Amino acid sequence: MGYHLDFASVLTGQHLSWLVRGIAVTAELSIASWLLAFGLAVILVLIRMSGLRPAEWFVGLYVEYHQNVPLLVQVLFWYFAVPELLPQKATIWINERDSELIFAIIALGLCFSAYMSEALRSGIRAIPKTQFEAGRVLGLSYLGTMRYIIVPQAVKISAPPLVNYSLLLFKNSSLAMAIGVHELTYQSRLIENDTFRTFEVFTVATVIYLSISFLIMWVGERFERRAPAH
Amino acid sequence: MWDIMRDQGVLLLIGQYPNGPLGGLVATVLLAILGLALSFPCAILLALGRISPYRAFRSISSAIVQTMRGTPLLLVIFWSYFFLPLVIGHAVSGFTTMVGALVIYESSYLAEVLRSGIEALPKGQVEAARSLGLSYWRTNYLIILPQALFNTLPSLLGQFVSIIKETSLGYVISVNEFTFAAAQVNSVLLTKPVQVFSILAITYFLLCSSLTQTARWLEGRIARRRSGQVGRVVKVMPLPEPAP
Repeated sequence: MGYHLDFASVLTGQHLSWLVRGIAVTAELSIASWLLAFGLAVILVLIRMSGLRPAEWFVGLYVEYHQNVPLLVQVLFWYFAVPELLPQKATIWINERDSELIFAIIALGLCFSAYMSEALRSGIRAIPKTQFEAGRVLGLSYLGTMRYIIVPQAVKISAPPLVNYSLLLFKNSSLAMAIGVHELTYQSRLIENDTFRTFEVFTVATVIYLSISFLIMWVGERFERRAPAH
Repeated sequence: MWDIMRDQGVLLLIGQYPNGPLGGLVATVLLAILGLALSFPCAILLALGRISPYRAFRSISSAIVQTMRGTPLLLVIFWSYFFLPLVIGHAVSGFTTMVGALVIYESSYLAEVLRSGIEALPKGQVEAARSLGLSYWRTNYLIILPQALFNTLPSLLGQFVSIIKETSLGYVISVNEFTFAAAQVNSVLLTKPVQVFSILAITYFLLCSSLTQTARWLEGRIARRRSGQVGRVVKVMPLPEPAP
């Protein structure tokens, strides 16, 4: 066809630095929202296990909302609608910083906290109730029983789905481009606009995404081998 | 919020149709149905490939499935946005691009659902069919797939919910679907983002959660039906973990 592949124009100079920045932002976004998601997921599970009806009901609704509304819509909602609802001081504080990135982290983190809390909950529910009772009988508090007896066992069962959700979180961090976060997909579009080397840019981006995804899948497989579920 | 529904409701529901392209919620549902229907045959082939007795087929299908599991849907959309016209030879609409991307991406996920459905069937089913002299294809067509499809019906419905959610990504390449319509309404009204995006989120929520509930109900029904049958060891398929 007379088309000459030219990876050099994509992988040198200014374009390389754009690409590197994209990788860095994707990493920052994924790691920050993963931490937020996991922390929130633990809190959500504790609330749901607490036995307080209204609180449980609230968490149930929280999970249903985040699982049944497209992630992109959640991201757009945070970016366009939430600033209107926040007090002005908070909006100014966020706008002084990288507002797109902050909202993307919150949206991804909240969404995946719902999925991860469900994964943790199914792990906890798989553990016989007697384990909990035994912990309490031995004199451990509610939180102590959770911390030393239930959670370590539940994590083993929950690990495979948790790794799967980490993979999905990483992949879906690309949605942040819709609100202008300069992550890997956004930067590839930029380079594509600048060089018209569509095939080369997307090949490079896909290879980067794939290598990190395969790394996460590999970690997941190791977990599954070490701790077979059930 | 009600004013917006009254003034912009038609645009949100069907876009500019019949004076322009079909859009809005109807286009979203249509995209999702087409995505599911067209990826289904590809998914069956991929699933059969994943458990094929021939190593070559297994490797090829696994490679396809794992690649799609590792690539963001957004990148798949951009790939088909730029290369579908090259492959077909003429320009294609955003709608077609989106259907293409969904089929490429979803075939792999659907294949995994179908594969687990096939693998949950007792091995004796294949063995019995083969001993009766049925060929590989007739075994699958007459014995394995009908049972596997029935058992995976709830999971397929769950996957359909995922596809509905994924159609929202069409917004990024300006496909006339529900999210795009809402963003358009938002940029016309300018001052009512909370109301517009609430309508958007609530509608998706009602649509998807009612389908999710149906999937759970179906799962319970099929489980009960299966457990009532004597002498058949069929593992009941649990719903797969939901995905965004």
